Amino acid sequence: MNIAVCIKQVPAKDAPLQIPEGGAWIRETDIGFETNEPDGYALEEALRLKEKHGGEVVAISMGPERVKQTIKEAMAKGADRGIHVVDDKFFQLDPLGSARSLAAAIQKEKFDLILTGLQSDDHGFGQTGVLLAELLGLPHATIIMQIEVQDGRMRLKRELEAGWFQWMEAPLPAVLSIQSGINKPRYATLKGIMAAKKKEIASIPRASLGVDATPTQKVERIYVPAKTKKTEILTGTAREAAAKLVEKLKHEARVL
Amino acid sequence: MPAFPGVDFIEFDSLLNDEEKLARQTARQFVDDEVLPIIEKHNREATMPTHLIPLMADLGFFGANLKGYGCAEMSNVAYGLVMQELERGDSGLRSFVSVQSALVMYPIYTFGSDAQKSKWLPLLQSGKAIGCFGLTEPQFGSNPGGMTTRAVKKGDRYILNGEKLWITNGTIADVSVVWAKTEDNDRVRGFLIERGTPGFKAYDIHGKWSLRASVTSGLSMTDCEIPAANLLPESGGLKSPLMCLNQARYGIGWGGLGAAMACYYTALQYAKTRTQFNNKPIASHQLVQDKLAWMITEITKGQLLALQVGRLKDAGRAEHYHVSMLKMNNVWVGLESARKARDILGANGIVDDYCIIRHMNNLESVYTYEGTHDIHKLIIGERITGIPAYA
Ligand SMILES: Cc1cc2nc3c(=O)[nH]c(=O)nc-3n(C[C@H](O)[C@H](O)[C@H](O)COP(=O)(O)OP(=O)(O)OC[C@H]3O[C@@H](n4cnc5c(N)ncnc54)[C@H](O)[C@@H]3O)c2cc1C
Ligand SMILES: Cc1cc2nc3c(=O)[nH]c(=O)nc-3n(C[C@H](O)[C@H](O)[C@H](O)COP(=O)(O)OP(=O)(O)OC[C@H]3O[C@@H](n4cnc5c(N)ncnc54)[C@H](O)[C@@H]3O)c2cc1C
Repeated sequence: MNIAVCIKQVPAKDAPLQIPEGGAWIRETDIGFETNEPDGYALEEALRLKEKHGGEVVAISMGPERVKQTIKEAMAKGADRGIHVVDDKFFQLDPLGSARSLAAAIQKEKFDLILTGLQSDDHGFGQTGVLLAELLGLPHATIIMQIEVQDGRMRLKRELEAGWFQWMEAPLPAVLSIQSGINKPRYATLKGIMAAKKKEIASIPRASLGVDATPTQKVERIYVPAKTKKTEILTGTAREAAAKLVEKLKHEARVL
Repeated sequence: MPAFPGVDFIEFDSLLNDEEKLARQTARQFVDDEVLPIIEKHNREATMPTHLIPLMADLGFFGANLKGYGCAEMSNVAYGLVMQELERGDSGLRSFVSVQSALVMYPIYTFGSDAQKSKWLPLLQSGKAIGCFGLTEPQFGSNPGGMTTRAVKKGDRYILNGEKLWITNGTIADVSVVWAKTEDNDRVRGFLIERGTPGFKAYDIHGKWSLRASVTSGLSMTDCEIPAANLLPESGGLKSPLMCLNQARYGIGWGGLGAAMACYYTALQYAKTRTQFNNKPIASHQLVQDKLAWMITEITKGQLLALQVGRLKDAGRAEHYHVSMLKMNNVWVGLESARKARDILGANGIVDDYCIIRHMNNLESVYTYEGTHDIHKLIIGERITGIPAYA
């Protein structure tokens, strides 16, 4: 079973983000980058499927030179090789442009299964996997919690709203978008990191793929939400105040 | 507490390659996931978290910069970054890895026979065997050359007599690397003593207020007979144990930064949220900023020192006085950062809800072992003046 995993590199979670005046993207110097969290789960799922069914796992990442580190991390964990779609202005792509580019790179090979994370921790479009499936003409399923492969078909567990799940069947090949938390991603061992040095990363300039990636949508501006602080003292007996608090947590803060 | 983002003020990371960053990431994640949630309990109860040994072995932490025998063959810089992260967790845990790697695997690797290497290195690398390093004696610390432990050859056996004190991992060790004077002109040589050898006893030192999550022991040898084949054949003179110490000190030089980072990061978070006087965060006061600025500046200088010594070591050009400066400076930065962080946390700085007081107490040991702070000054002093000032 040959599996491609699309892995995005995103700004590290606690990176102190700076937005240039009127900017549509953050300042990229001065901050760390890491593997997009859902993609880490997708990789782990791919590695487990490979351990069960054989074949190879290929890590695909698009972006500037720095994303090689993310590909190497995937290879250190057990991916067999990497594909780097090189694009220094990657952040300007919209999900359709990204999906078209990834599809073109993926079509150069033959995969039985293509995994993506559900969404990225930076732009959070949640579109790339779905668009990719459409462009490749493959079936897809999203928010995948479990994959069982048997006789060239898959049984898939999907997460629905409000604690509900759904089991469905799908043929192979297919594209799946993986939900975070479905497994415990392994560490890259020090030996794995050294072994990855000998694995191959194929570099494909995005421009060479011949796809039209003119954005169909555009980020106008990104900004930090303005902080407004409002203090409200809830009055009444403890019982009344608690009831009011619950109402507020439910309908205003929407955390309950 | 959120995942540790690292301390990088001057794009230090741009000086690291991908392997180095990935090795650090693995150790960082390991510390966040496995060490920080349990370490205060172990520190409080004065127990070593032995359950982490197999996991650390799987990740390749033991002997990570050695070649073969299942070792990861990392660069010294990558190895140093792993030590940094481990000591961000706890100096005791880092001590365990330092001893296993630099003070047990390294001497067997460097001075051992093929039989010794093929027997012990795979076991030690995989954490199936634990080792300790016995150099210090009750009467000889900074001056190990004065040691009174002796090894006398009798047929195909050596008979050892003497006392070793302050030995990390002593009672949990399957194999002890013990240094003793021989009849050959008092030449110091290394010996392997296996657990359970008659005449060999190890006991724990209690009442420690430092490195409580690490085992510190005494070793006692009374007519302890070992096969002559347990001599480390290539060891010869005090230079041999000092070569081991040089390996360990190098890792400690990175480790001190890890402890400093933990204290700095904790103090920074605390100072931004703790308010005193007019509901202003204490981070808004100049005296508090002075401390935080001092810490990040010294950490940053320490990173550059560690990296350069690491690069020299990878190029085979690190001298013992380079390593002395690294160990001396960075452990001091750690200790001073812990003290300043303790101050910033006020009363909260003295309880183990926060890591500060544990790091501070731990670093008092680290300041002393592997060559005290002042002994390293003397090593640097000898290098620049040409005049040894030890005696
Ligand atoms: C927790 C812990 C774990 C340890 N683990 C190990 C281990 O695994 N294996 C091992 O062999 N040892 C170990 N040690 C021992 C450690 O290496 C010694 O404590 C260290 O070398 C200092 O020796 P000492 O304690 O005898 O101090 P001393 O040598 O008595 O020094 C006391 C003070 O005198 C100063 N001093 C000494 N000589 C001079 C001089 N010539 N000029 C100026 N000042 C001087 C020192 O700087 C220090 O401030 C450990 C120690 C600790 C605390
Ligand atoms: C073991 C122990 C016993 C104690 N016993 C008692 C007791 O019996 N009774 C009692 O009432 N209290 C007691 N205390 C509390 C003690 O007095 C306080 O810890 C102390 O006043 C400091 O307050 P804090 O811990 O809240 O630190 P904070 O006031 O939060 O100070 C934290 C840091 O911010 C700095 N800082 C604060 N304000 C400023 C400023 N304006 N400019 C510059 N820097 C500033 C401080 O210097 C410190 O470095 C005890 C504390 C301890 C640790």
